[in-house]
Amino acid sequence: MSASLATVSYLGATILFILCLGGLSNPETSRRGNLYGIVGMTIAVLATIFGPQVTAGGLPYIVGAMAVGAAIGLYAARIVKMTQMPELVALMHSLVGLAAMLVGYANFIDPAVSVGMSPAEKAIHEVEMYLGVLIGAVTFSGSVVAFGKLSGKISGKPVLLPGRHWLNLAGLLVVIWFGYRFVTAHTVADAMLPMIVMSLIALAFGVHMVMAIGGADMPVVVSMLNSYSGWAAAATGFMLSNDLLIVVGALVGSSGAILSYIMCAAMNRNFVSVIAGGFGTEGGAPAATGGGAQPAGEVVPISAVETAEMLRDAKNVIIVPGYGMAVAQAQHTVFEITKTLRERGVDVRFGIHPVAGRMPGHMNVLLAEAKVPYDIVFEMDELNEDFPDTDVAIVIGANDIVNPAAQEDPASPIAGMPVLEVWKAKTSIVMKRSMASGYAGVDNPLFYKDNNRMLFGDAKKMLDEVLVALKP
Amino acid sequence: MALVIGVPKEVFPGEKRVATVPEVVEKLIKLGFRVAVEARAGEAASFPDEAYRAAGAELVATADELWAKADVVLKVRPPTTEEVAMLREGATLIGFVWPAQHPELMQQLAARKATVLAIDSLPRQLSRAQKMDALTSMAGVSGYRAVIEAANAFGRPFNGSVTAAGKIPPARVFIAGAGVAGLAAIGTAANLGAIVRANDTRAEVADQVKSLGGEFVKVDYEEEGSGGGGYAKVMSEGFQQAQRGMYAKQAREADVIITTALIPGKPAPRLITADMVKSMKPGSVIVDMAAEQGGNCELTEPGAAVVRHGVTIVGYTDLASRLARQASTLYATNLLRLTEELCKTKDGVLDVDMEDDAIRGVTVVKDGAISWPPPPPKLPSAPPAPPRPAAPVPAKAAGGHGKPSGAMTPAKAAVLFGVGALLFLLIGAYAPASFLGHFTVFVLACFVGYMVVWNVTPALHTPLMSVTNAVSSIIAIGALVQLAPDLSKISTDLARPGEWIRWLSVAAIALATINMFGGFAVTRRMLDMFRK
Repeated sequence: MSASLATVSYLGATILFILCLGGLSNPETSRRGNLYGIVGMTIAVLATIFGPQVTAGGLPYIVGAMAVGAAIGLYAARIVKMTQMPELVALMHSLVGLAAMLVGYANFIDPAVSVGMSPAEKAIHEVEMYLGVLIGAVTFSGSVVAFGKLSGKISGKPVLLPGRHWLNLAGLLVVIWFGYRFVTAHTVADAMLPMIVMSLIALAFGVHMVMAIGGADMPVVVSMLNSYSGWAAAATGFMLSNDLLIVVGALVGSSGAILSYIMCAAMNRNFVSVIAGGFGTEGGAPAATGGGAQPAGEVVPISAVETAEMLRDAKNVIIVPGYGMAVAQAQHTVFEITKTLRERGVDVRFGIHPVAGRMPGHMNVLLAEAKVPYDIVFEMDELNEDFPDTDVAIVIGANDIVNPAAQEDPASPIAGMPVLEVWKAKTSIVMKRSMASGYAGVDNPLFYKDNNRMLFGDAKKMLDEVLVALKP
Repeated sequence: MALVIGVPKEVFPGEKRVATVPEVVEKLIKLGFRVAVEARAGEAASFPDEAYRAAGAELVATADELWAKADVVLKVRPPTTEEVAMLREGATLIGFVWPAQHPELMQQLAARKATVLAIDSLPRQLSRAQKMDALTSMAGVSGYRAVIEAANAFGRPFNGSVTAAGKIPPARVFIAGAGVAGLAAIGTAANLGAIVRANDTRAEVADQVKSLGGEFVKVDYEEEGSGGGGYAKVMSEGFQQAQRGMYAKQAREADVIITTALIPGKPAPRLITADMVKSMKPGSVIVDMAAEQGGNCELTEPGAAVVRHGVTIVGYTDLASRLARQASTLYATNLLRLTEELCKTKDGVLDVDMEDDAIRGVTVVKDGAISWPPPPPKLPSAPPAPPRPAAPVPAKAAGGHGKPSGAMTPAKAAVLFGVGALLFLLIGAYAPASFLGHFTVFVLACFVGYMVVWNVTPALHTPLMSVTNAVSSIIAIGALVQLAPDLSKISTDLARPGEWIRWLSVAAIALATINMFGGFAVTRRMLDMFRK
């Protein structure tokens, strides 16, 4: 395959990737979008393998490595549960980060690449290499920690070291200084120490950054790491003068950044403050009590049978799922209830908060898994105005996203965050294991409202009971 | 000694309600009172004498006898002069009195050394008083009935439909004033299938109107019309002019107008002029719920339904009485709640506690001394213009919905462009040409990514992330080109750690491939689940 043909193939692959991302904007076209992605990737890989940059001697290695990778990847994709999706995505990000690091190192120890470069080109190339490894390392360690947090292997609480901003700053300065040493070093051996020190600092930085971020901010972190993995690919592209890598890396990087931004906007959080870690605290103490007034009053418990009765008598029901539904694996029961109610002519809709769950769009995926038709699943903005006309709003394992304090209490740590206004419904029912507060650590005045009822217990068990009571 | 509560038959012509019902009689007896009811008092409201007797009341044959016997008299309508004359000296009277409109009656009652509790003077803004708020319960019933009267007089069904014999357009109902009666009317009319519009000088009721299925029509004039006690206040001239324009427009469009506008202690505002009535379509209906206070419509005749310029104008003043049984039950319950407040000891004795805000407001004559109007109630909870309790609610519209959240300020944009220009200048000045080519591609790709992703529906965020993750395994290309490059053009004396590079690349390829296959497969699995 000639160089021109390879370049044209890359161009085709690029267009397919753009179509792929574009196709994902709508459920109707999303499957085709994914197909475009697969085709684009196949073209890109084949064009590279049979292109001028790879000699025939490498083929056995390539085939072997890809066969192993493909087997593991397909197996993982098959066994993963939908509720574990956030962990899987985080883990996969770490692979891209690690791969970027390895590619960077391979490039670094290969003296052949810089042959024939002018001094300026060489300097830029070295900076690119340095950056590529740096971003790859941060992505790798950050994603591993994110995976640990999401899968519960590491506590979801933010771990905040004293003077963490100073630590980060010191790390950055050391990295910059070693960067200077790296670029000015003449031999690979001389440059090895700066490279390794930088890698270690970058790895530590990735760990530190994600450790400091609370569980509620995880959707932002996951999409941010997604963005990083793209930037790592783009940096690698610069390093290798490969436009395909640059374009695709930039596509992934910018789309991840935008997703993070959308998430932040949905939580009314400043992007920088999410990255800096901690929730709503400046000093570093966990926001256990928050700044807001403590609501007081009686909570009114309700039984599953009573819940079923209320649902049966209702005309309009809105279900607001949260992370608790994912934990309890209750989405199938939720759908059974939905189906039963819809057969009775009850208008059932789902209200999804943008940051419900631990990953952007987490709830949509779970509901889709349970075969809930997506045209009764609505975004917050689409049905927030309908709550006053709603007879019953059921909140399943969600807390902060339905907290009226966000609107009513300017002192609350989550003040200003858009929330689903379930308290405006005629009756709201909150399913919860206990009275514990959500990830934000803020008490929820909703529980004490006159028109609110609490259904305590495991979401799955309670919903099963509701379903039994609903069936004639 | 237990007091005797007496319930006379209402004497006002056409009044069908009664001040207590058998169900409530039982509860009054439980409070320790004795109850005497005039014969046939509840007949018009479908409560026969036997029911009262069965509930434990004593039936009294004539009004004279009843008034003479009663220590406490429960009434609906304000008492007539004859009735006041029959009232025992020092007795208590509970019912509608309207002290502002009936100064003479107040004098007469004071002369009888009576204690008078005017249920219409209840401080309605006290949440504690809501259970006693007879005005609200009567207004709710009246609002319903007003729509029924309108439907009765209107020559078309309220709900639109398309039949084999042609199309029936839905009735357009305009409701002036969205108080309790107005809201009840909105709900009723909307449930009958009409297109309902409503207006009120108090802007805050717009949400309530919408919640009942009505559309709120605004007057294009900035002025807040909340009076206090849940009423509206008199508005400025400019506002009134704008309001007249709006009413004139609604009159031309509406089939049915229901007016409920009242201002306490003042004649009802004239909202619908004779000209507006003329502009209405023939066969239209106006129900003027303010007829008793003079009417919102210029042509209203209180107590009657008349046809003027082809428009039926219903001015009944007894709308609540037309649903006598339910209205009586509600009213009786309101009075029961008041009685409970007056008799906390449950020993059949009334204790008019003038320290209690609700009781103070409702008591207009105390032991022969006129105590109306009451001093402004000491209400920490309800200042006249509450500083909005939930002021900081500027929830960002962007909310994960992919909408650009407002334009940047010019200064911010200028700084941003400045920094950008400087950056580009630096790159242009120092970077070699080969880098610039890549840089161009990079920047353009960033923008493409931005444009493409910005419109993704939030429902697909997870698949999108998973697919971008799969796409980012393009990093495999980087490993591929390093695994076995064509070294023929490069001098062979370079010490190249070929084995290291190869195995690093192999590891990178394997890792990236896991991602590649896993990512696309998982995305596919997820997308397959999204269905309609």
